[in-house]
Amino acid sequence: MLHTVNKSPFDHNTLETCLRFAKQGSAVLLIEDGVYAAARETAVAKQVQDALKSVSIYALKSDLEARGMQNRVMDGIQLVDYAGFVDLVVAHNTVQSWV
Amino acid sequence: MTDETGGGVAKKFLYVNRKAPYGTIYALESLEVVLIGAAFEQDVSVAFIGDGVYQLAKGQDTKGLAVKNFSPAFGALEDYDVNKLYVDRESLLARGLNEGDLLVPVKVVSASEMAEIMDGQDVILSF
Repeated sequence: MLHTVNKSPFDHNTLETCLRFAKQGSAVLLIEDGVYAAARETAVAKQVQDALKSVSIYALKSDLEARGMQNRVMDGIQLVDYAGFVDLVVAHNTVQSWV
Repeated sequence: MTDETGGGVAKKFLYVNRKAPYGTIYALESLEVVLIGAAFEQDVSVAFIGDGVYQLAKGQDTKGLAVKNFSPAFGALEDYDVNKLYVDRESLLARGLNEGDLLVPVKVVSASEMAEIMDGQDVILSF
């Protein structure tokens, strides 16, 4: 399963809910305002680091760059471009968009 | 609270920004309205709270999204005599940011200081 999260973790509980239901080994792709969750040293960084022990977390590069977050991404989060987004969709049977 | 300027009445306007840029249209709309207030020679202050602080983050590059990067406009606010920019300290800290990560000079304030700023306004517009 691929999960996508497009809301800021500080403004919505979307990421928290997603992570609560994301099974071990699934993939979580942060897009749009969701990419703020990828930044180091934030109030949600620990939650994300804990999640990295059981799920793969990706962030869309263009959305990070638009928001000036490209140099703040924590270790363990993989960056993807739009083609990488498509690859992730193809590689997983189901996509759940946590809008 | 009000004073006369050029025959008109200047009121104290505070624009409160609580949304990140790009994910929604609020941040860009707020900036437009701030500039309108300034064009009418009002006494303009701008507050950044919560995800609103992200509007001021350095290094924004929207080429990959094909949307307008409006962050340079914050640097032009000074030309419109808008130089009272207030940023909530707690919001910055929660996001791993400090004053040096921001595009323009701002005043970083505590919640109680922000409350006083809000209390001293004639008009508050929230985005």
